[in-house]
Amino acid sequence: MFFKIEARPEPSKAMKYFSPLVAALLMLFSGLIIFSLLGKDSIEAFYAFFIEPVNDLYGIGELFIKAAPLMLIGTGLAVGFRASIWNIGAEGQLAIGALFGGYIAIVFNDNSGFFILPLMIVAGAVGGLLWASIPAFLRTVFNANEILVSLMLNYVAILLLGLLVHGPLKDPDGYGFPQSVLFSDSALLPILMEGTRFHLGVLIAVVGVIVGWVLLQKSFTGYQIQVAGLAKNAASYAGFKYKKLIWIGLLSGGTAAGIAGVLEISGPIGQLLPTVSPGYGYAAIIVAFVGRLHPGGILLSSLLMALLYLGGESGQMNLDLPAAVTGVFQGLLLFYLLATDFLIDYRVCFSGFRKEAI
Amino acid sequence: MDFDIFIKILVAAIASGTPFVYAALGELITEKSGVLNLGVEGMMLVGAICGFIGMATTGSIFVAVVCGMAAGAFMAGIFALLTLSLMANQVASGLALTIFGVGLSSFLGLNYTSVALSGVPELHIPLLSDIPVMGELLFSHDILIYCSLFLFAAVSWFLSKTKAGLVLRGIGEAPKSAHALGYNVIAIRYIAVLFGGAMAGLGGVYLCIAYTPMWVEGMVAGRGWVSLALVVFATWRPARVMIGAYLFGGITVAQFHVQGFGIEIPSQLLSMLPYISTIIVLVFISRDPTTIRLNSPASLGATYHPSQPHS
Repeated sequence: MFFKIEARPEPSKAMKYFSPLVAALLMLFSGLIIFSLLGKDSIEAFYAFFIEPVNDLYGIGELFIKAAPLMLIGTGLAVGFRASIWNIGAEGQLAIGALFGGYIAIVFNDNSGFFILPLMIVAGAVGGLLWASIPAFLRTVFNANEILVSLMLNYVAILLLGLLVHGPLKDPDGYGFPQSVLFSDSALLPILMEGTRFHLGVLIAVVGVIVGWVLLQKSFTGYQIQVAGLAKNAASYAGFKYKKLIWIGLLSGGTAAGIAGVLEISGPIGQLLPTVSPGYGYAAIIVAFVGRLHPGGILLSSLLMALLYLGGESGQMNLDLPAAVTGVFQGLLLFYLLATDFLIDYRVCFSGFRKEAI
Repeated sequence: MDFDIFIKILVAAIASGTPFVYAALGELITEKSGVLNLGVEGMMLVGAICGFIGMATTGSIFVAVVCGMAAGAFMAGIFALLTLSLMANQVASGLALTIFGVGLSSFLGLNYTSVALSGVPELHIPLLSDIPVMGELLFSHDILIYCSLFLFAAVSWFLSKTKAGLVLRGIGEAPKSAHALGYNVIAIRYIAVLFGGAMAGLGGVYLCIAYTPMWVEGMVAGRGWVSLALVVFATWRPARVMIGAYLFGGITVAQFHVQGFGIEIPSQLLSMLPYISTIIVLVFISRDPTTIRLNSPASLGATYHPSQPHS
């Protein structure tokens, strides 16, 4: 053996920051290989996928629009993940948030006023929170696994949204298409930058990330969450109520996802559709991990994940690449991250050419 | 209710429960070794599309089954490498496997969405299948259903009657002690995880070559997650896995027949049934924490490696 693996005396701080970068680079490198396997000129495809979408102001705006729901949900999920509370129901919580917010927009469609948009956001937050409170309630009262319950509720939520958009919330003048009326201007997020679609929602998402940062890094609750995640027994000896942390962990993700749902329908979509998210709720799980469950890191990783979405669209239009490539890249990124995290606690040493003495 | 229809529903429930049987029995073995692999959905999807490609290319059920099992085991191999050798968190790795599997399967299946397969013929066992009622219920299924029954028998026998099964359960309960006794915990866990992957892949293959002989993106539609719930529901016992699998098969089938009886319910509400039932069943079985604690493998989900310096 020329190399051997040994445990580091203490976890490497440098690798903690470095491994997401290594994972991202490995993913980009895999991209070159995948593109050439698909019979494309890999440099050209790489350019079209990762650079072309963001080489003008409009593209940068799009990047932030896609990153907004991801950073918001990612931060919300990180609150739970830090305490080993696994909410993977953000996709459904987003759909219910969109449903609640969209309902407000449809009810007030003939009115105009500054109150409509804030009301939609509050409604969306409440919707996501209520949907997330189902797994929280079932976990704390009946001990039901929150992973499975929150995941099952994704399917239920998306079916519910589809049911209502096909039925009562359908645009009566829409020739029977399953979509709501187009929202009035009072229900749409204002565009902040000429020539782009960069809207107010991006700032709302950034505020959400800052709130998450205060909660996680600066509050006593954040400290309790941290302790519960590292050592559950220690947390209970210290008198921290784990049930309370379950509620906080699940509801913060649900609220964030609900708001993100409203940002989608009142931003880029502008009406209620049976599908309001291209898998943001699942992608946000990766965003949270790649961002090291830290709001600052999540901000950066959401931009990377948004680039994967944009690249997928651009590759589909310009190079005839299948859209599913985005999903493959997302999965690979998380695999690489989990693999390189090994280097935080372990190191690979060159052990010379001699056989090890036993 | 017309008796013939009732029998037809039961027969359909067995077919519709079979993907659960494969995936949940595979996951049962994985979990008995102390490893929680949440990637069943992803493994089923990749197994399904690879089996479908195998069947579409060669027309052979055997090739389809081999392709699907190999693909499922390959996916499980990634998971095993991450969690067993690189000591990554099992929950995060399982989620990654599912996200990756969803993307990979729709990517691989791009050119196969409009391909139709002939399906798997039913084997009418001579004489026995002519018995009224019982013949149709028990002796006129396709070969993959009979294989799933064989798998059930094999898994039950392996876990309760063989020494290897005892070792596997021991590793799931106390990996440190098993290591001290000289068993190679990591190697055995690798085998258990790969077996679970191959069975999930086979469940996926059944779904897309026999149950509905076509490929639709994301066609597993949560069955992998339901299988995970079934293992909990069964309190890690193979016989109860079978009951749960056919129960859920029945619920899945029921939604198609309710409308047949002239009951006006929106299709979306009916489609929610399997997911809501899963939640109800989970709540019912988990409400007593002691039952779960006594039955679940003690080291389930915890990372273990002989080189670990602490804990």
